Amino acid sequence: MTAPVAITLSVNGETLTRAAEPRETLADFLRRDLGLTGTHTGCEMGVCGACLVMLDGAPVHGCLIFAVQAAGASVQTVEGLSESAMIADLQRAFHERNALQCGFCTPGVLVTAQWLLARKAAPSREEIRDALSGNYCRCTGYEAIVDAIETVARRRSAGEAASRFLEEPA
Amino acid sequence: MKARAFSYVRPATVAEALLAFAEAGEGASYIAGGQSLVPALALRLQAPERLIDIAHVAELRGVSCDGEWLRIGALTRHADAHDDPLIARYAPLLALAAPHVAHPAIRNRGTLGGSVALADPASEFPAMMLALDAEMEIAGSAGTRRVPATAFFQDLYQTAIEPGELLVALHVPVARAEHRCAFDEFARRRGDYALVGCGVMLAMPGDVVAEARIAFLSVGSTPMRARAAEAALAGQALDAEAIRRAQAALADDLDPPDDEQVPAAMRLHLARVLLGRLLGRMEMAS
Ligand SMILES: Cc1cc2nc3c(=O)[nH]c(=O)nc-3n(C[C@H](O)[C@H](O)[C@H](O)COP(=O)(O)OP(=O)(O)OC[C@H]3O[C@@H](n4cnc5c(N)ncnc54)[C@H](O)[C@@H]3O)c2cc1C
Ligand code: FES
Ligand code: FES
Repeated sequence: MTAPVAITLSVNGETLTRAAEPRETLADFLRRDLGLTGTHTGCEMGVCGACLVMLDGAPVHGCLIFAVQAAGASVQTVEGLSESAMIADLQRAFHERNALQCGFCTPGVLVTAQWLLARKAAPSREEIRDALSGNYCRCTGYEAIVDAIETVARRRSAGEAASRFLEEPA
Repeated sequence: MKARAFSYVRPATVAEALLAFAEAGEGASYIAGGQSLVPALALRLQAPERLIDIAHVAELRGVSCDGEWLRIGALTRHADAHDDPLIARYAPLLALAAPHVAHPAIRNRGTLGGSVALADPASEFPAMMLALDAEMEIAGSAGTRRVPATAFFQDLYQTAIEPGELLVALHVPVARAEHRCAFDEFARRRGDYALVGCGVMLAMPGDVVAEARIAFLSVGSTPMRARAAEAALAGQALDAEAIRRAQAALADDLDPPDDEQVPAAMRLHLARVLLGRLLGRMEMAS
């Protein structure tokens, strides 16, 4: 009964069926079974926010949901967000402002930022910090992250499409 | 760490869920949002053999109002507590408390029913059930029953829910025009569990407080009503003198434990400061 069960879910727009052990978290499922290692695992108890993914459009912790619970749902990881160019402007602004150093927290921070800006076009710095309360960053001191998100809020409000900031292929 | 192995079932109805638990006996655990249970499994504080995922049970969903009572399905998420229009209108205290519960991503999954069933004395929603005089609807093998909040929270993590029973819905008497409410808490960082938190409901048909309900979190082994402070306000105009007497009365209501973070005297002091601020805000607004 604790053996793997078949689950069907949508990941980054693709519907797939895989076997998962009930105790496997969604974060481990994405990383180990699907090779989507952009979703990071740090604390594995809901504290650090490195594992955030979009589940049916809202950020949740990949470490606090078992893959079997996500059967039938739609998941978007940082890979899906970046490949669709939806967060190209956030990525550019993070680069420009040095809003990442080791980068371990960055996927989770980007998921939070994308969700915040979808709900609120021009958040205050206080609101940005509030939204990030569950994202730990041990490197940057947060100031640069808040700056970068604020910059993107301004660019989007001025009508600049995210895809305009796609990097030229090297 | 990783959870121990377990089997997983996903019932579609309350009857199926109860049956799935009865079959597995003490080795089973319900899972709703999983925001308290999954960390406990990862740390191996708990190791159930079977998880019964109640997230797809339709009877546990939805918010509705019959004019007297607001029915909040157990699966209503923390995020809905600040976004749902019926909750904003008929139980605004929950909307005020919601932003203080954990972080946004946890609020997107955690359920009100899970929070109330767990009955962590440091949690916001259980204490608000006391302040709202809510009733908990519980389903078991013998049918369903409603238990008032004052009888529901019994001891540390102990509620009127018997093993295998399901919390179906929270029933809240609707807030009327005469009601005022306020919530706040002291926490070291946004999203942390509160050092002390407080929710206040006042019925003020005119200038005088007809009824006061005050509930604290993080002051003992259960969420607590502050009856002496409530009595100090009842029948009084909400002025500086009445507020001062309510603050003083908290010494009779609260006997917080000493712990390494916060000494008992500091917790009582924080509770007084918090109550004074909340009532002061309500005085200004009335
Ligand atoms: C980092 C972090 C910070 C947090 N901070 C806070 C905070 O500041 N304030 C706060 O209040 N909470 C906080 N939480 C806890 C969070 O609010 C949980 O979501 C909530 O306590 C439990 O709801 P759930 O739906 O996730 O329940 P689950 O985790 O699924 O279940 C919790 C328990 O309740 C039982 N249960 C669940 N639903 C039912 C039901 N309908 N009937 C019977 N039994 C049921 C389960 O069997 C389990 O024993 C935090 C959690 C984390 C990980
Ligand atoms: S790994 Fe999920 S919050 Fe830290
Ligand atoms: S950049 Fe290193 S943790 Fe954030």
